[in-house]
Amino acid sequence: MRISNILLMVIFPTAALAEWETNMPRGVTPTSEVAYDLHMLIFYITVVIGIVVFGAMLYSIIYHRKSLGYKPAKFHESTKVEIIWTVIPFIILVGMAVPATKALIMMEDTRDSEITLKVTGYQWMWQYEYLEDNVTFFSKIAEESNVARRLGSGVDVTTVENYLRDVDHAIVLPINTKVRILLTANDVIHAWWVPELGGKKDAIPGYINEIWVDIKEPGTYRGQCAELCGKDHGFMPIVVHAVSKPEYYKWVGIQKTNKVAKNK
Amino acid sequence: MSTNIDKLHDDHDHGPSGGIMRWITTTNHKDIGTMYLWFSLIMFFIGGLMALVIRAELFQPGLQLVVPGFFNQMTTMHALVMIFGAVMPAFVGLANWQLPIMIGAPDMALPRLNNWSFWILPFAFTMMLSTLFMESGGPAAGWTLYPPLSLQGGDSFPFTILSIHMLGVSSILGAINVIATILNMRAPGMTLMKMPIFVWTWLITAFLLIASMPVLAGAVTMLLTDKFFGTMFFTASGGGDPVMFQHIFWFFGHPEVYILILPAFGIVSTIIPAFSRKRLFGYDSMVYATASIALLSFIVWAHHMFTVGMPLAGEIFFMFTTMLIAIPTGVKVFNWVATMWRGSMTFETPMLFAIAFIVLFTIGGFSGLMLAMVPADFQYHDTYFVVAHFHYVLVPGAVFAIMGAVYYWLPKWTGKMYNEGLGKLHFWLTTIFVNLTFFPMHFVGLAGMPRRIPDYAVQFADFNAIASVGAFGFGLSQLLFVYILFNTLKKDVTAEDKVWEGAEGLEWTLSSPPPYHSFEKAPKVD
Repeated sequence: MRISNILLMVIFPTAALAEWETNMPRGVTPTSEVAYDLHMLIFYITVVIGIVVFGAMLYSIIYHRKSLGYKPAKFHESTKVEIIWTVIPFIILVGMAVPATKALIMMEDTRDSEITLKVTGYQWMWQYEYLEDNVTFFSKIAEESNVARRLGSGVDVTTVENYLRDVDHAIVLPINTKVRILLTANDVIHAWWVPELGGKKDAIPGYINEIWVDIKEPGTYRGQCAELCGKDHGFMPIVVHAVSKPEYYKWVGIQKTNKVAKNK
Repeated sequence: MSTNIDKLHDDHDHGPSGGIMRWITTTNHKDIGTMYLWFSLIMFFIGGLMALVIRAELFQPGLQLVVPGFFNQMTTMHALVMIFGAVMPAFVGLANWQLPIMIGAPDMALPRLNNWSFWILPFAFTMMLSTLFMESGGPAAGWTLYPPLSLQGGDSFPFTILSIHMLGVSSILGAINVIATILNMRAPGMTLMKMPIFVWTWLITAFLLIASMPVLAGAVTMLLTDKFFGTMFFTASGGGDPVMFQHIFWFFGHPEVYILILPAFGIVSTIIPAFSRKRLFGYDSMVYATASIALLSFIVWAHHMFTVGMPLAGEIFFMFTTMLIAIPTGVKVFNWVATMWRGSMTFETPMLFAIAFIVLFTIGGFSGLMLAMVPADFQYHDTYFVVAHFHYVLVPGAVFAIMGAVYYWLPKWTGKMYNEGLGKLHFWLTTIFVNLTFFPMHFVGLAGMPRRIPDYAVQFADFNAIASVGAFGFGLSQLLFVYILFNTLKKDVTAEDKVWEGAEGLEWTLSSPPPYHSFEKAPKVD
C-alpha cells in the first residue's frame, strides 16, 4: 500500500494528495484564510522563479558541455545584467510585501471582540478561562492517548481514536463571533496552535499575548502546543468545538451549574 | 660560509616532528587544518548518530525506543554538535588549509594561536558530550536554550554553558587569525579585489564571528547567573524578561546562520568556474552581495521569533529586512548560473556537489522567503516546515559545499587522486537520500506537525516513515565517503600540480602535496 502510494504520488500527484496531506489547511477563520492565500501566492511565485532559474541552468548543463565540444565564452561581467537582476527581484518582493502587510495588520487587530478566552500554559496542560462568562477549567490529554503513548505500553496507537489529538475537556466556542484569545503561561514558554483557526502565538510567563478567531464553520478543530516546553511537550493537545451561539450559551449554562454543584 | 647558509636553510625547511607530539604541538596551518577536518568528520558522525536516534523513534507513531526526555536531549545535542562541532570546524579547517596557499603566504599569521583554537575544541566537546552520562542527562531545552525551560536543566547545565564558552573562544581566536592572515600576508600585487572569492567570504565570516560570538557568551552567562547566583535577567517573576533572551540569542543566532553558509558560497564560487572553464561571473557583485548579506544579518534576528508577540511595527520591520536578504542571495544564484552559461562544463564530483548545492540551497531559500511572510509564518513557525527549511540550507547547503571542497582540494592536499567513480556514487546516494529525508518534512510541517516532538498523531505517519528511511540511507552513504578518503590516502602520490584543467589560483602553482611551509618566497600577482 505504501509503495503504491508513493508511485501514485509520482504519477498522479493530485490523486494521491487526497490521501496524503501535503499542504497547509485553508482553515475556517479569516486569519487562517489570509495566511493560506499568502502562502499559496508566495509558493507559486517561487515555483515560477524556480522554473526560470533552474531551466536556464538545466539548458546550460545539457548543451554547454565539454563532451559536446562546446567552447567556453569569455564574458565574465555586466553591470547592466547585475542591475536587472537586482531590480526585478526587488519589484517582486514589493509585490509580496503589500498583501503580507495588509494581512498582518488585519491579523493583529483584536478590537471589537465579543468573547475573551484566557489561555494559560502549564507543564503539561492548558487552563482556559472564559472571562465574560466566568467559566474556568483545565484541559489535559485524553486518558486513552496518555496510556497508549507510554514507552512499551503495548497499545497499537493506530487503534486509538484521535491519538495525541484528544483532550479530557475541550473548549467550546461560538461560530460567527469574534473571540479574543489571551495567552500566558505559568512556568515555561508554550505556544497555542490550532492550524485551522489560523496562526500560533507563544504563551510566555509574565506576558499576555493576544490573537483572535472568528470561526465560520461549526466542527471540531484539533491542535497542540508548538513551543518546546519540556519532556511532555508533544502531549499537550488542544481541541476546539465550534458550535452555534445558542448551543454555546447552553454549554456555558451547563458549566456554571456543574460548578455550583461542585461547590455545594 | 655558504655551506653554513645552506645548512641553516635546510634546518629552516624542517618537516614535522614525528609521533603524537607532531599533532599536539604543531603550529603548521596544514597540520591544524587536517586536524580540524578530521575532528569535524568525527563530530559529523556523532551528530549523525543522534539524528538517527531521532529518526528511528519517529519512524512510526507511538514511543518505541526512547523516553521523551532523552529524545529532547538528542534534538538539542544533535544541533549543538552539528553546528559547533561539524560545520564550523570544517570551514575553519578549510580556511587553515586554503587561505595561506590561496594568498601566497607561508602559514597563518598567528600559528600558536591557531594551535590553541583547535585544541580547545576536543576538550569543549568532551565536556559537552559527557553531560549525556550525567544523572540529569544532557541539555534538553533545544540548542537555542530558551529560558525558563533551559533553567530547569540539571547538572548538565553549567557544563553545557562552559563548553559553549570554550567553543566561542575557539571561534573568536580562529576568526582573529583569519583576519590577520588575510589583511597582512597576501602576496605582493594581490589587492583586496583580486583575492580569491573563498578568501573574501572567509574574511567577512570572520568579522561576523567576532561580532556575534561575544553576544552568545553574554547571553549564556546571564543564564548561568540566573540559575546559580539569583539574578532574574530572564525570570518574569523577578522582573526579568524571557523574551529578552530570545532577542539577545538571535542577535548572535542570525549572523551565526551566515557564518554557516558564507564560506559555502565561497567554495561554490570557486568550484563552478573551475569546471565551467570560464571566469566567475560578476566577481565584484559577488563580493558586494556577500558583504550586504553580512550587514543585513544584524537587523533580521527577530524573524526567528515572530510568534512572541512583538508590536506590529516590529513585525513589519523584521519582515521587510528579511525579505531584502533575498536580493543579494538571488544575485549570487544568478551569477552562478551565468558562470555556467556558455561554459565548457565537465561534471566531476566537486562540480556535482556544487550544482546540487545551487539547486537545493535555492529551494531552502524559497522556503526561507515563505517563512519571512509573517502572516504565513504564524502557521509555519515551530513546525517541520522550518525543520525542512534549515536542513535544506545546512545539509545540501553547507555540508554539500564542504564535501565538494574536500573532493576538489583533496588531490592538492595529499597529492593523491580519489576514485572518481566512487565519488560520483557517493554524490548520487547522498543527494537522493538527502531529499528523501528532508523533502517530506515540508509536507508534514504544513499539515500541522510541530517540531521537537517524540511522537505524533497518526496522520503524519507515512511521510515520517519515508524521512526515516532517507535518514538511514543518508547516514550509511557517508560510510562510503570515509572509505573513499582512506582509499585515497593509501594510494601513491601521482596527482599533478594543477589537478583540474579549469582551476585558477595560487594553490595550483604549488606541488601536490604542497611543501610544509607553503610559499617560502611570496609569489608575484599581477
